[in-house]
Amino acid sequence: MLRGLAALLFFQLLGESLVFVTGLPVPGPVVGLVLLFLSLLALQGSLRETIPAVEAAASALLGNLGLFFVPAGVGVVALWGVVQDEGGAIAAVLVVSAVFTLAVTVWTFVAVRRLLGSKDTAA
Amino acid sequence: MRSPVDLWVYLSTSPLIWLTLTLCTWIGASEVSRRLDRNPLVNPVLTSILLLSLVMTVFDIPYQQFFEGAQFVHFLLGPATVAIAVPLFRQWAQVKRLLLPIAAALFVGSFAAVSSVVVLGTLLGLSEDVVVSFLPKSATAGVAMAISASLGGSPSLTAVLVILTGIVGALIVTPFMNLMRVRDYAARGFAAGLTSHGIGTARAYEVDETAGLFAAIAMALNAVATSAVVPLAAAWIGR
Repeated sequence: MLRGLAALLFFQLLGESLVFVTGLPVPGPVVGLVLLFLSLLALQGSLRETIPAVEAAASALLGNLGLFFVPAGVGVVALWGVVQDEGGAIAAVLVVSAVFTLAVTVWTFVAVRRLLGSKDTAA
Repeated sequence: MRSPVDLWVYLSTSPLIWLTLTLCTWIGASEVSRRLDRNPLVNPVLTSILLLSLVMTVFDIPYQQFFEGAQFVHFLLGPATVAIAVPLFRQWAQVKRLLLPIAAALFVGSFAAVSSVVVLGTLLGLSEDVVVSFLPKSATAGVAMAISASLGGSPSLTAVLVILTGIVGALIVTPFMNLMRVRDYAARGFAAGLTSHGIGTARAYEVDETAGLFAAIAMALNAVATSAVVPLAAAWIGR
């Protein structure tokens, strides 16, 4: 567990460093995510002790993912003026954008799957 | 003996009370959500934010003071984002089997999620600061907040918009897909996870196991895709 947490922090550190050095317009933790994923794929045969530790730390964090964005969310109180003034428009964009995104995503997935001729719905 | 008022003055300036309150509020809100069968309307993130905001307002606590304690929780967003690599790694065999539909839906969906905000936001006259904070709303909160911060948006506003997008998507996905007569549960789940990240994924798992799996895959992939698409959209509106 501790070893897993250290691994996650290490990959975040790698990601943040890479973003700082290269100026990539991508958040450091996302680069860390990609690097960890590639490392897991490359090393799955060898690191038999470390991978379960990483999995344990990951599932502990992901099981409470929601908790971690509460502190920032509370900061919206300071923005109450903005939210109040533009509230109607914000709500409209929120709902229409969600429906539009759901629709085009599902249609693209279904259309490409049909084109490829795979008929089974069970994965 | 010191008075309770002295105790309050002492405690309210220490990080301990705000960290403890944040954790306890979260545990309580999660318990309520679990008892109500994870109804998206009592999403524990939203309930916790509303309750803590109420406490801050009633007791007139500056956000900075609250954050001194809550920052220890906030810090874990980074490693939690990196941790998304693990479910993606476990499900990689599934992803490879349907690589083309996944890649196409990811590409189209991530552009749709971001560009619809630019077009609608401009049409409805949203201010540029709000639009920038709005762009990454379909990505999981940690990633969305980091993107928003890197473009000069407001991570707090982004966090709330992300959660609301999650709730809206989780509420409408099942009736909407039934209306559209989509019976492919991999596709339905993928759309739910791409649009509404973790909240959509939790909803998809309730409906169907396959849908949940593809929702989790979509959430992980869209975290990466949104990081690439949003800077392009921000450049488009001159940011």
